[in-house]
Amino acid sequence: MSTHLPLDIDRVRADFPILLREVRPGVRLIYLDSTATSQKPIQVIDAMDTYYRHSNANIHRGVHTLAEEATAAYEAAREKIAHFIGAEKARQVIFTRNTTEAINLVANSWGRANLKDGDLVILTEIEHHSNLVPWHMLAGEKHLRLEFIPVGEDGLLDLKTYQDLLEQHPKLVSFTQMSNVLGTITPTQEIIRLAHQAGAVTVVDGAQSVPHFPVDVTDLDADFLAFSAHKMCGPTGIGILYGKEALLEAMPPFLGGGDMIRKVHLRSFTPNELPHKFEAGTPAIAEAVGFGAAVEYLQTIGMDCIAAHEHALTGYAIERLEEIPGIRVYGPEPAYKGGVVSFTMEGVHPHDVAQILDTHGIAIRAGHHCAMPLHEKLNLPATSRASFYLYNMKEEVDRLADAIYHVKQIFG
Amino acid sequence: MDDLYREVIIEHYKNPSYRGTLDPHDITFEDENPLCGDHIRIDVRLDESGHVSEAAFSGHGCAISQAAADLLLESIQGKTLDEVKQMNKQDILDMLGIDLGPVRLKCALLSLKVLKAGAYGLETASDSLVEE
Repeated sequence: MSTHLPLDIDRVRADFPILLREVRPGVRLIYLDSTATSQKPIQVIDAMDTYYRHSNANIHRGVHTLAEEATAAYEAAREKIAHFIGAEKARQVIFTRNTTEAINLVANSWGRANLKDGDLVILTEIEHHSNLVPWHMLAGEKHLRLEFIPVGEDGLLDLKTYQDLLEQHPKLVSFTQMSNVLGTITPTQEIIRLAHQAGAVTVVDGAQSVPHFPVDVTDLDADFLAFSAHKMCGPTGIGILYGKEALLEAMPPFLGGGDMIRKVHLRSFTPNELPHKFEAGTPAIAEAVGFGAAVEYLQTIGMDCIAAHEHALTGYAIERLEEIPGIRVYGPEPAYKGGVVSFTMEGVHPHDVAQILDTHGIAIRAGHHCAMPLHEKLNLPATSRASFYLYNMKEEVDRLADAIYHVKQIFG
Repeated sequence: MDDLYREVIIEHYKNPSYRGTLDPHDITFEDENPLCGDHIRIDVRLDESGHVSEAAFSGHGCAISQAAADLLLESIQGKTLDEVKQMNKQDILDMLGIDLGPVRLKCALLSLKVLKAGAYGLETASDSLVEE
């Protein structure tokens, strides 16, 4: 990790107006659910507000001033995001609704065109449903074979089994860069390198990684990368599919409609060029503007700085939770994980933990976190999950630990 | 809002009176709340006149869902199936003595949904069974 200044937590927190909110009288919000969705800084809220107050228009067709401004703002956001992930060209960055839609785009467009009966697709046991179900659906239709890189007791992917699977000549390897339950950061560059050696195309689910540490598609040599704005200080309703240019060029369109076409006749159409080929209909324009502001904001703070801040908090949280009798924390050693701490408490259901923490103003998530197969593997119906972002602080971890003692007290 | 965890709820969660399974049984049904992974099975025995003589629940879930199941089975002792079919959301909320938001309401109502699906002899349980 490159050198960086420590994050100025007071300054960062002042950017997030929601952190001043009381959940109930006298109880200030402690937001530990950024893995589900992050809070939004005033810079993002203002950018969207300004767009609606001054420039709102539909894009790419109008010639009036507002349409020109809206188009420029939308395309400027694409440029910023492309730069943020180290993409060579902005045309490789497709706006989607979210990570889920981005993966569905690959499955439906690239998958339908390139996969056939009996082809092998490799996934992992730690995937979010968004990187499982699109492949289940395609596998049903195309009779694909799905295999999974197992997760070990240590919370890490079993790369030996992966290498064995690669000998069966997979066509695709689609995997997460960071687990939303265990926090495991996968050896993404290595997984991609090995996949390419075996002749497979790679999809990286970056929903949890892109918001939290530097991700560079050129360094990774990723074929596709999917991520969402709302987990990285941006608005809901917008995400990204990055793809290598040659792959995107060769892919058929996904959704049909306006903007994705060059020409339409009564009985035929010619698709538009990249990136518009994959952006049918009026997109989420204000959200794109907000997304652009979000990546600008994150760059101003510095992704290295954010990663280091979260790493310190996570280590501290694991230490505090593990000293509480009856608490079990899941996932790998802090060195291999991001800011996600999933845990269970003996004799108390995760939902009850979350509910009692809420009385302390603490927002955590309880459930299977859209990763049911992983919970089956862990033999747990559910876990409680605290997750951290740039605006969280040590004092909040202490409050979390105090509140967990209160849960123990209630359940005696 | 520690009210949600009133003593009666913690007590029924930790020391349920109706936990277990019945074999043989006249009615059995199980379902889960996929949102949180709560799973409940309910077995019921009827006497010759068609009244509930014994009932038991098994499975796992949060304090609210487990306490609601225990309270529900306590309340149906001696009832006819027609009376069970008449029960609704409010009956459960009255037994628990708390107000619940939409997410936790699903936990509280799971056992009633399972019981009514069994009473009606349905293939699958639907949320409409427990709506007012």
